[in-house]
Amino acid sequence: MTPRAIFPTRLLQTAVLSVATLAAGLAFAATDVKTIHMIPQGDLKILDPIQNPSYITRNHGYMIYDTLFSQNSKGEVKPQMVDTYKVSADKKLWTFTLRPDLKWSDGTPVTANDCIASIKRWAARDVSGRLLGAAIGEMKAVDARTFTMTLAKPFGPVMEMLGKPSSNVPFMMPERVAKTEPTEQIKDTTGSGPFTFKQDEWVPGSKVVYLKNPHYVPRKEPADGLAGGKVVKVDRVEWNVIPDQNTALSAFKGGEMDVYELPPADFLEPLSKDANVKLSIDPLGNQGWLRPNHLVPPFNNAKARQALIYLVNQDEYLAAAGYTAKYRHATCTSYFMCGSVNASTAGAQPYQGGQNLEKAKQLMKESGYKGEKVVVLAPSEPPIQAAAALVTIQNLKKIGVNVEAQAMDWGTLQARRSKKDGWNIFHTYSVGADVYSPAVNAYAQANCDAAPSGWPCDAELEKLRAGWVAESDAGKRKGLTDAIQARMYEVVPYVNFGQFFQPMVYRSNLSGVLNVGIPVMWNVEKK
Amino acid sequence: MNFLIKRIAAVIPVLAVVAVIVFLLLRLSPGDPAVIIAGDTASAEDIERIRRSLGLDQPLLQQFFQWIWRMLQGDFGTSIFTGMPVLKLIGQRVEPTLWLAALTMSFAIVFAVPMGIWAAWKAGTWVDRVVTAMSVVAFSLPVFLIGYALVYGFSTQLGWLPVQGFKSLSEGWAPFIRHLILPVVSGGLIYTALLARMTRATMLDVLGEDYIRTARAKGLPLHRMLLRHALKNAAVPIITTIGLGIAMLLGGVMVTESVFAIPGIGRLTVDSILRRDYPVIQGIVLVTSMAYVLINLVIDLLYGVFDPRIRY
Amino acid sequence: MDATLARLEQRIERDASQPRVIRFARRHPMLVVGLLLLAVMVFMALFAPWITAWDATEMNVIARLKAPSAEHIFGTDAMGRDIFARTLYGARVSLLVGVCVALVSVAIGIVIGTVAGFSRWLDAIVMRVMDGMMAIPGILLAVALMTLIHASVQTVIIAIALPEIPRVVRLVRALVLTIREQPYIQAAQAMGTRLPVILMRHVVPNLLTPLIVQASFICASAMIFEAYLSFLGAGTPPEVPSWGNIMADGRSVVQLAFGVILFPGLFLGLTVLAVNMIGDGLRDLLDPRIARKL
Repeated sequence: MTPRAIFPTRLLQTAVLSVATLAAGLAFAATDVKTIHMIPQGDLKILDPIQNPSYITRNHGYMIYDTLFSQNSKGEVKPQMVDTYKVSADKKLWTFTLRPDLKWSDGTPVTANDCIASIKRWAARDVSGRLLGAAIGEMKAVDARTFTMTLAKPFGPVMEMLGKPSSNVPFMMPERVAKTEPTEQIKDTTGSGPFTFKQDEWVPGSKVVYLKNPHYVPRKEPADGLAGGKVVKVDRVEWNVIPDQNTALSAFKGGEMDVYELPPADFLEPLSKDANVKLSIDPLGNQGWLRPNHLVPPFNNAKARQALIYLVNQDEYLAAAGYTAKYRHATCTSYFMCGSVNASTAGAQPYQGGQNLEKAKQLMKESGYKGEKVVVLAPSEPPIQAAAALVTIQNLKKIGVNVEAQAMDWGTLQARRSKKDGWNIFHTYSVGADVYSPAVNAYAQANCDAAPSGWPCDAELEKLRAGWVAESDAGKRKGLTDAIQARMYEVVPYVNFGQFFQPMVYRSNLSGVLNVGIPVMWNVEKK
Repeated sequence: MNFLIKRIAAVIPVLAVVAVIVFLLLRLSPGDPAVIIAGDTASAEDIERIRRSLGLDQPLLQQFFQWIWRMLQGDFGTSIFTGMPVLKLIGQRVEPTLWLAALTMSFAIVFAVPMGIWAAWKAGTWVDRVVTAMSVVAFSLPVFLIGYALVYGFSTQLGWLPVQGFKSLSEGWAPFIRHLILPVVSGGLIYTALLARMTRATMLDVLGEDYIRTARAKGLPLHRMLLRHALKNAAVPIITTIGLGIAMLLGGVMVTESVFAIPGIGRLTVDSILRRDYPVIQGIVLVTSMAYVLINLVIDLLYGVFDPRIRY
Repeated sequence: MDATLARLEQRIERDASQPRVIRFARRHPMLVVGLLLLAVMVFMALFAPWITAWDATEMNVIARLKAPSAEHIFGTDAMGRDIFARTLYGARVSLLVGVCVALVSVAIGIVIGTVAGFSRWLDAIVMRVMDGMMAIPGILLAVALMTLIHASVQTVIIAIALPEIPRVVRLVRALVLTIREQPYIQAAQAMGTRLPVILMRHVVPNLLTPLIVQASFICASAMIFEAYLSFLGAGTPPEVPSWGNIMADGRSVVQLAFGVILFPGLFLGLTVLAVNMIGDGLRDLLDPRIARKL
């Protein structure tokens, strides 16, 4: 007899208990209609959307904060927290009056002083905020709900800047919070947005919880893009962080999750065929960036950087990242996005033919390249940056460049690229809202040391950019946009490796999802 | 008593070594949390300012002693990224990991020990060969492979079990068990194999001893012999293996938690390492090492229970 | 009685007529199967360039995520690379990692362990440090190390070997302590033989048997460890294919092209199985006590 026969009673007990539990557990949990479960694009590590421009933190900001102006689906800037506004004839005095019923999540009313302090803090950190901040003479509160902004220097796109859709978004915070040093992270998450942040249920790395803000009074108009009334139709939104893509996909397909913010490109085809899945696409799309280091050879020479443009076949990069033709934009030579208000073809004529490896090789030689080592930072994730690095490495090898690929994780890459030497190329991408205008495009800056990693340095380009923001007339601005782009094709602050669309996917029992490229959960209903 | 005090005192130099290793490891690494916090568009001076506010610009030795001093007062520091106290972060995540580890170990013990005994008793027959073969196979597979296969079969295809996540007991027995079945089985298979092999090997040794043959010859019933005499003598190496298994588990949960998106300490560790959240990593490693050392202590004491010769 | 004798005689005759190799194989099936399996893997790794025409790193974005076909026996991965080629070349890396980790950890372990066994005061320090290292879970230590240093095959080997060293040291030290008390060692010391000579001539050869068994288990676990490191994002650099690497790369697309995980996983499992079987077999071969039972 086997030893198992000796423990019949114990084994039997365990068996019965297991079966009973399984049977009970097989009954699925009832669907929770008042909670939306979303798989965010990453973990919310930092709560301060002014101090940190990362997209996850920006998304968090959109949940619990509100802005003075917002962009609607046509790209027009509309008032959000602002009720009425006036601008003087000489365009130097702006007066803003807030809506009468705005409250912070602790019940206190939103005042003009809160807005002034918030604008000041944002202007200290943000790339376009700095431009605006340099032009502002003074800001003064006229009464509890009205304040004025006097410009010392001409600045055209004031409303556009205050209604800037993406990082850093000029969110309004209480004065006491906005007085925090811009480089320090805030600790108080009081905001006047459609949701509140449930701090005690926050498990970093795993779960973020938002509740409907009872003090929020939405505008009367229907929601349109990021503008209009932000009406919340659920009680609770949960961000469930699932770092393993495979697990995330399974959880979404199985109905455990309602929204999947950033599915890898390869999943889009099979998901779009699923009847229970819908796609939400930002019509502007994203732009991929190949950023060379302008300080060290060989890319401190403009010709070598121009060679990089000839290296790029945009289809190849996007296909390598997994985007099928449906999600790829046709080859786009506009630095400020094809299909945006600032789209232009100026300066792009030499490059209209697309990839030309012979020309690239020739330009490299002309730049004086003697075979020095070119270090490409190759991150293992996120997928777009990882794929782009591999394609660049392969193409550089094809034209005979001495490439050294250094593998690392994204965190290490961020550390490495902040050092002035030791690397030559890295890749990243940005959402259209951060690319479409010379005022918001951080990587189009050429202010040398103050620019982000890569440090392009060109006085001419900076002069053109300064002129662009000073210009109030839209027609004249278009001419300046062309001039800026033409100069960018000569200086090459970065190379555009493709315009693509990255949908957010959600289950079909959700309605009212807005196609803004940002997972805002107002206006969304769950059946 | 004397033995107890001596063993506990011996723990301190071990923890000291761990503390030094961990601290050096992190501070010498190339990643920089200040850069990650500052973001993509920050300038060099922004990064410097943030670094200063985090105290990362002070000399290493000073940072080390500050950290130790604060720890002795119960302050394990605050996470660089989330601003939450490290102990609170760990506390949030302890529950899933403890349950996962405990249930995995129990699963392993419940299946492995009887199988090992059976295989040893039937040494040389097909039973033994099957058990040995299955053990070696289970032992040779990576956890995530087993995990993905199980998820594919039971969640995606059959829809019986959830794909990921963790539901606390407070939300009911059924969701709690349902979410833990697949992770426990994935990790458990490997430890079952390990434990079964060890049990079989030790039981083989013991069953070959003379006193066992004498007992059988005297007509002692099978189950009395196996349990009362054989198992008790084989207990010491088996318990040692369980103890070693727990150490493996504390590290092994990192992979299981990643696959099944369980918000436990394992995943917190991976996340913190990848973004250089020094205080959190240091805190976790110290807490884990303390737990490991404590468990070893308990095991040493258990030896005394099973083997009277090892009473100190 | 006669019948039994007759049968026994037949058996002995039949056994004696078989070549020694077959007899050996029948008595130690695990060892032989393991060796054969490992030999197949090593052969495929060594002769990869002749077995497949595809390059392991060449990307082909048009042929991404293709199912197994005549052209791509195992299909292609997310970058359009041939999985069969990657698996074969990956075998080189994974086998290399396994073997090197075993060699490095055993070599260092022997040195440290013998020193600890022979010198009382060094012993105390060394064992405390080893205990400290063992208290930190192995994967944790390895991942932390990998983020410290520039990722390459060599650094992966070091990162995996380091956590294995304390266990080897423990084993060696225990063995050395036993051997030290043997009369022939004490006789040699009495005769004035210098310590290094004693170590070389008497101590180390006695360590070899258990260490060889231990080394094979370390090799097997190192190969799986490498897969875990790659899975967690801290493994071999992406342009160097290793089984762990290939699986980690492809895990997000496994539901679209299962070949990315299935085939390297199968090869990894079989190789680790082979090495484990060799370890088991060696232990049974070299330790007569257990052999007697079978």
